[in-house]
Amino acid sequence: MIEIKRLTKKFSKKPVVEDISVNIEPGTITSFIGPNGAGKSTLLSMVSRLLNADTGEVLLDQNNVKKWKSTEFAKRVSILRQANFINVRLTVRELVAFGRYPYSKGRLTGEDEKFVDQAIEYMNLNDMQDRFLDELSGGQKQRAFIAMVIAQDTDYILLDEPLNNLDMKHSVQIMKILRKLVNELGRTVVIVLHDINFASVYSDRIVAMKDGKLVKNGTTKEIINPEILREIYDMNIPVQEQNGCRICVYFNSQT
Amino acid sequence: MRNSTKLILLFILVIISILLYGFYDIKGGFDYAFPRRMIRVAAMIITGIAISYSTVVFQTITQNRILTPTVIGIGSMYEVVQTLIYFFAGSMSIWVINKYLNFGVAIIAMILFALLLYRFLFRPDKYPIYLLLLIGMIIGTLLGSLVTFLQVLIDPVEYLGLQSQLFASFTKVKAELLYIAFGILILAFIYGYFVLRKLDVMSLGRENAINLGINYDRLVMNMLILSSVLIATSTALVGSITFFGLIVANLSYQFFVTYKHSVLILGASLFSIVALIGGQFLVEHVLELRTTISVIINFVGGIYFIYLLLKESRASG
Repeated sequence: MIEIKRLTKKFSKKPVVEDISVNIEPGTITSFIGPNGAGKSTLLSMVSRLLNADTGEVLLDQNNVKKWKSTEFAKRVSILRQANFINVRLTVRELVAFGRYPYSKGRLTGEDEKFVDQAIEYMNLNDMQDRFLDELSGGQKQRAFIAMVIAQDTDYILLDEPLNNLDMKHSVQIMKILRKLVNELGRTVVIVLHDINFASVYSDRIVAMKDGKLVKNGTTKEIINPEILREIYDMNIPVQEQNGCRICVYFNSQT
Repeated sequence: MRNSTKLILLFILVIISILLYGFYDIKGGFDYAFPRRMIRVAAMIITGIAISYSTVVFQTITQNRILTPTVIGIGSMYEVVQTLIYFFAGSMSIWVINKYLNFGVAIIAMILFALLLYRFLFRPDKYPIYLLLLIGMIIGTLLGSLVTFLQVLIDPVEYLGLQSQLFASFTKVKAELLYIAFGILILAFIYGYFVLRKLDVMSLGRENAINLGINYDRLVMNMLILSSVLIATSTALVGSITFFGLIVANLSYQFFVTYKHSVLILGASLFSIVALIGGQFLVEHVLELRTTISVIINFVGGIYFIYLLLKESRASG
């Protein structure tokens, strides 16, 4: 289990994340939602040790993240950020194979190749695995990066706005795959999302943030209702039930 | 063509250029000319490898393909040390006559300069690495102005000696110093052997590298130090060659489309050996020593640099 304990981060004295404590339940999809500047990505970066917290701590299996050996941690928790500019020309398969680095240290074994094959299969990248990343569309590239994280074979997968710049079809595709990872392989997914409807339809738990503070942490059912949404977004957001999904109709809302 | 085939071809090219340089038009005593030529060849191999290695490493950690380790002002530091020596002690002093001493002082000053810079400015959690590079560049320019100031005041005869010390040239290399440089290179390669694959991961950028379990910030620091030591070694040996690392590193990226640093560094090294020996051959036999190799390198390198800038701006625009 990942426990976030009283985490605070300031950027030049301005608090971006303030005193947040959240537990990430294993075997669920947990979404971080909130307006721009809520501190969602910063929180995710601290959980995945891309960023050091000012105060507070993050525990993985009761041990502080900073105390973990970096390769051991990389076998348990993976993180994918939104901007992935790469300077070298890589094929999809080469990129995915990098996911095995914590295990193989760059010398792939037969077992590593098997994980790479599976990850490519999982993300439907079979027919483009030998193409170069710079020849792919945004959605295909995003899938290749997610495949790398899948090949990394970690219990926890943290994703920072993976749906950015993706069209509806690819967004749905990726969210379905994440759901499958949780349901079939028992992974835990933590994801920063902008579209609350994706959060509502696909996640088990939601962590709502605003101005660096925790607004509410609960099951999707608890969070997706007009009162709490107003508290988060300062908007009147009616919620409609459709085929068992709660859909927030915010497009013409009065603030 | 596979990368291993390309490497073998380049290696054959290296052998050919060494043979050509070694045996072409030997007049007078073979016993006199040949060992001298081989000393130059050894100097070119050592500096070629040192520059290629440090540039490829430096470009990976800065995620930028038009920077070289010389931007942080290591070359200017070399000029400062030599100018100060000529200014205060003079060309007949032990600091110039004793090549070991001169080499040692220069190399230590350059490495100390780099270390100080990193010590105060390498804060990856606070500032981006570009701040370090920019301030290094500014300090480099400042040192350059200081050098020019001292050079104006210096005795003209002393200045001639200083100038020949500062221009990159393989003809005046002292064989004794080659052993020291070679030793440093070997140490750098032993260390590099353990981090080559980490460098491959680092080319994915900071966040992906940390995700894959790389101790990123510490490795960047170690790599900055490594590339500074290598650049300092080559500069103390033959003088500063600004554009050279840039050319060979980029040739290597274009020729071997790969992320593997073992291939990239080896490729860049082979390119640089061919280019240096070929350039020196031109200087000695075609231009008959009317110019130095650094002039040619800066001319060709400058053109290539402009080409790269245009290409990069088109790629990002």
